[in-house]
Amino acid sequence: MNFKAIFKENPLPATMLLFCTLLVCTFLFLILGEIFSKGLSALSWSFIFDAPKNGMTKGGILPAIVGTLLLTLITTLASLPIGIACAIYLSEYAKNNTTTQIIRAAIRNLAGVPSIIYGLFGLALFVQGLQLGTSILSAGLTLGLLSLPYIITTTEEALKTVPQSMREGALALGATQFETIRDIVLPASIPGIATGVILSLSRAAGETAPILFTGAAFYVTGLPGNLFQEFMALPYHLYMLTTQHQSIATVRPLAYGTAAVLIILVFMLNIVAFMIRNKFRKQLK
Amino acid sequence: MVQAALVKTKPVIEISDLNLYFGEKQVLKNIQLTIPQKMVTAMIGPSGCGKSTLLRTLNRLHDLSPDARITGKVTIDGQDIFHKNTLVNKLRKKVGMVFQKPNPFPKSIYDNVAYGLQINGFPKDKIPQMVEESLRKSYIFDEVKDKLQEPATRLSGGQQQRLCIARTIAVKPEIILMDEPCSALDPLSTLKIEELILELKNDYTIVIVTHNMQQAARVSDFTAFMYLGELIEFDETHKIFNNPEKQLTENYIKGHFG
Repeated sequence: MNFKAIFKENPLPATMLLFCTLLVCTFLFLILGEIFSKGLSALSWSFIFDAPKNGMTKGGILPAIVGTLLLTLITTLASLPIGIACAIYLSEYAKNNTTTQIIRAAIRNLAGVPSIIYGLFGLALFVQGLQLGTSILSAGLTLGLLSLPYIITTTEEALKTVPQSMREGALALGATQFETIRDIVLPASIPGIATGVILSLSRAAGETAPILFTGAAFYVTGLPGNLFQEFMALPYHLYMLTTQHQSIATVRPLAYGTAAVLIILVFMLNIVAFMIRNKFRKQLK
Repeated sequence: MVQAALVKTKPVIEISDLNLYFGEKQVLKNIQLTIPQKMVTAMIGPSGCGKSTLLRTLNRLHDLSPDARITGKVTIDGQDIFHKNTLVNKLRKKVGMVFQKPNPFPKSIYDNVAYGLQINGFPKDKIPQMVEESLRKSYIFDEVKDKLQEPATRLSGGQQQRLCIARTIAVKPEIILMDEPCSALDPLSTLKIEELILELKNDYTIVIVTHNMQQAARVSDFTAFMYLGELIEFDETHKIFNNPEKQLTENYIKGHFG
């Protein structure tokens, strides 16, 4: 049925639903419009490739960009293998008994824990407990913890979409359970896993609270050289430019520029997620 | 009598005192059945009579259902399939299965057949030749030879099912279990599969579950009639269809219920 016919047949619900959709889009475009209209003027090659200068009133944000990218990398390395392994265990190996249900409920609940709590937990465990100090490693591990519940949940959902008949087909040929998972189930669920993982990582990349106490610095002169150094990150830099800086009015364009860069970065991650999904979907069809 | 007919054959699967429960519910009741080698044995009976459940016992697919409980004994070539030393993946290589709905892997046509060969450790340089051989035996080679690298899911339902049969025979099983292999197919594809079954029984023992009594009559040498989890009658197919011993069997064959 085409658009016009739907409206003719039942105008009221169609109009209301369309209105809600447009409302959501309006907010999204207001935010994007605000940031990009005020931030684009600050964007330039030197803004992206220079370090901050003159008490962060001039110069660029290179250390924060690199810091966020490295941080996301550490987060990925810390959370991806464990998260996927955990999801495979829960979905393919664990018996569906009370213990599993409790574990699953606990993981779902972890996804709802406020990110500041993760920050404090990371401070206690990684910074002080394991003596990793306030460092990019501590911050990355903390964000890894934050991402784990999302990664586990989305991976489990992706594994569940693989029909049981696929597993039976492989087992009936003499494949072991591990071979079935490795060769049939995982490849078939990669689009779902990749999408979920990248979306949760792009969310982690924009987090401020968990890195606040665990490694993000106001200002560091160079790029992080090893895992145990403090670092600058885009969301924290933005927070700082907006609320903590001595001359907030002067650095306002820089703040908008930083916000724009952060949004572009996260969008790029999301686009990669959609590309991966489409690529694998095409292969599977 | 079935004993007389079975004398001429060699037993390959022997089922004795088999009971199967899903939780509290008993689905198979005290089954005794001997399945002869290189013959087609059909299992017929109304929905829910346990024929598919019995079939899936033979390659231990019930291992996947945590609430399934089995008592009794099943031997294949004299080997107890439930024995703790029986390797279930080796058993399933020997006892292949074709499912109700075609379930090709989300891989290319070639890889669908090659996969079983790879995991079962057949020599790498032999695989391309074995893939072709299996596709030929399943009468699908000519239809797919120019598109071996295309995804198997693009084939028609009947082609997919023949591909699944090719995949199953590629790993050189002794027994092929078929769980209503034609129920999702059109009449022409069904005919092709039936011809294939008659061809395959020269090399394999085939156990086929079917809803379609004409199909059982057309393709099988022996027929087992099951009702409410019990094996009511087992005999040569022509005997079951023309002169069954039990009234229940006759009623079912004549279409009085089911």
